[in-house]
Amino acid sequence: MSAALIELSGIERVFHLGDSEVHALRHLDVRISAGEYVAVMGPSGSGKSTLLNLLGLLDRPNAGTYRLAGCDVTTLSAKEQARVRSERIGFVFQSFHLVPRLTAAENIALPMTLAGIAPLRRAERVARALQDYGLENRASHRPDQLSGGQRQRVAIARATIMQPALILADEPTGNLDRSTGEEVIRLLEGLNDQGVTLIVVTHDGRLGARARRQLLMADGVLEQDRWRSPQELTDACVLPT
Amino acid sequence: MRAPDLIRFARDAATGNPLRTFLLVLAMAIGVAAVVVLTALGDGARRYVLNQFSSIGSNLVIVLPGRSQTGGFNPGNAITSTPRDLTIDDAQALRRASAVHRVAPLAVGTSEISVGGKLREVMVAGTTPEFIEVRRLTLAQGRFLPQGDWRRGVSEAIIGAKIRDEMFAREEALGQMVRIGDRRFRVVGVLASTGQGLGMNTDELVIVPVSLAQAMFNSNTLFRILVEASSRDSIDLAKAQLAEIIQLRHEGEQDVTIITQDAVLATFDRLLGTMTIAVAGIAAISLAVAGILVMNVMLVSVTQRTTEIGLLKALGATGATIRNAFLTEAAMLSVTGALLGCVLGLAMAAIIRQLYPEFPAFPPDWAVLAGLGTALATGILFGVLPARRAARLDPVQSLSKR
Repeated sequence: MSAALIELSGIERVFHLGDSEVHALRHLDVRISAGEYVAVMGPSGSGKSTLLNLLGLLDRPNAGTYRLAGCDVTTLSAKEQARVRSERIGFVFQSFHLVPRLTAAENIALPMTLAGIAPLRRAERVARALQDYGLENRASHRPDQLSGGQRQRVAIARATIMQPALILADEPTGNLDRSTGEEVIRLLEGLNDQGVTLIVVTHDGRLGARARRQLLMADGVLEQDRWRSPQELTDACVLPT
Repeated sequence: MRAPDLIRFARDAATGNPLRTFLLVLAMAIGVAAVVVLTALGDGARRYVLNQFSSIGSNLVIVLPGRSQTGGFNPGNAITSTPRDLTIDDAQALRRASAVHRVAPLAVGTSEISVGGKLREVMVAGTTPEFIEVRRLTLAQGRFLPQGDWRRGVSEAIIGAKIRDEMFAREEALGQMVRIGDRRFRVVGVLASTGQGLGMNTDELVIVPVSLAQAMFNSNTLFRILVEASSRDSIDLAKAQLAEIIQLRHEGEQDVTIITQDAVLATFDRLLGTMTIAVAGIAAISLAVAGILVMNVMLVSVTQRTTEIGLLKALGATGATIRNAFLTEAAMLSVTGALLGCVLGLAMAAIIRQLYPEFPAFPPDWAVLAGLGTALATGILFGVLPARRAARLDPVQSLSKR
């Protein structure tokens, strides 16, 4: 097993709703190695979205440490965390979250624009990404002129444009029909094959079953950390659902 | 984020909601246009009054009998305490001063004018041929007083336009004999109508040679002496020379008051300049209102774009980047509105000048610059709060909002 990319130890996250305290995550310890394909599953309210937000540095734990690539990121300032997000983490959302007034190409280029990369290098990388994701003739279309699948492909292109080590996908197929969802998940798995660590949050069992490792969450606790045997893996490949 | 990218991003965000942008730009434009137009009116009024004053005659220095300023004790005071009168000799002496171009003595009184049974009270001004040049008067008909010895005048009179109309109606006035007081004069000229202006109303004036006027009023004093300095720069020199000459002639006593047109003009200038600033201040309130509108609209914009802000944070934007993006947008809207308002205001001032050609409604440069500056400053100032709010948004909550 390669070195741990993600090390969560003793993570607690408590939300205050009025007088009551809600423990979204209770004493969570998880290690995820570089290049893993992990599905986080569980019913709604189980804390899987909170976990994803913590992993993506969008939220801070109340207790515990989160080490990303050996570096403790929980103590970083907001500005430094933004830098880590920019360089190491790519997000794919259920509702795509494309900026409606920007074209597909501009949406893909957005992380590079925010990072202050020179326009020439941006154009080069966007052109390659458009080609890789089969969006060449959709470059100057706005999101409302794209189909759901195309939108999610733009979103994935955007998530990968900074070549992050980690991709966090929150219900990436939730707003798509089955065949487009299949297409999108294959794209993500393709990225994982190239060595990118992929973490997918879903409550779709069929989707979760494709991952090599499944984290089952319930009431903020990691209930089951299941590794699929190589036998099952091959079966899944032979007989695609 | 690089500056060009920031500007492009802000521009796209602004044009993404055309109605909102239009209304905001309009509000800002109206504010700036109000400043420009109102100051144009205020400054136009100032220039109008100054022009009216200048039309009395330029480089004018007026010598009045009597002292209005406190001076030291003088041996002359021991003999008599009444000020000496100004005489024609004084006026003639003033012509010797190097900085003096023209001198016109003026004796004034009221008398009756009668022609063929019509009788009317008029103001009679006794003066010399130089008067028409010094006072910048124009003749409608005939000629002015002939050159000659100031002490001996021919019995010729120049009458104002209104006197001509009332006394002669449709008849020819030139060459007619009129009786003024107990003397007969031949009308040789008619003054052009000037309408109601500042200073003496020349439409109801009768001008006769100064010696005859003094004889008519049985006095040898002058009402005042009008002096035209040889240039604008020599007004002060002329003033000093006049004072010196009069002092020499009046046994060393400084018993006249010398006023310049500049002093009167400066007072009006200051008065109307203050008014313009006051008007500009009132107009600036509309700019403050526009600034508050900028804040309101930007706050709504932040609320509407919550998801986008959350996304930008997820993609690695720092709070500073987001704050700058919103500030840039507010600044761009303000600048556009301000420039548009400037053009609008200048156009309106031009229209006013077209409609009223005699009214010089030019906005002063400082007002245009201050209008633009205030618009920019309020726009950015009121953009800070929404921008900070945007920068502080929690990405988790913003993203979960559908």
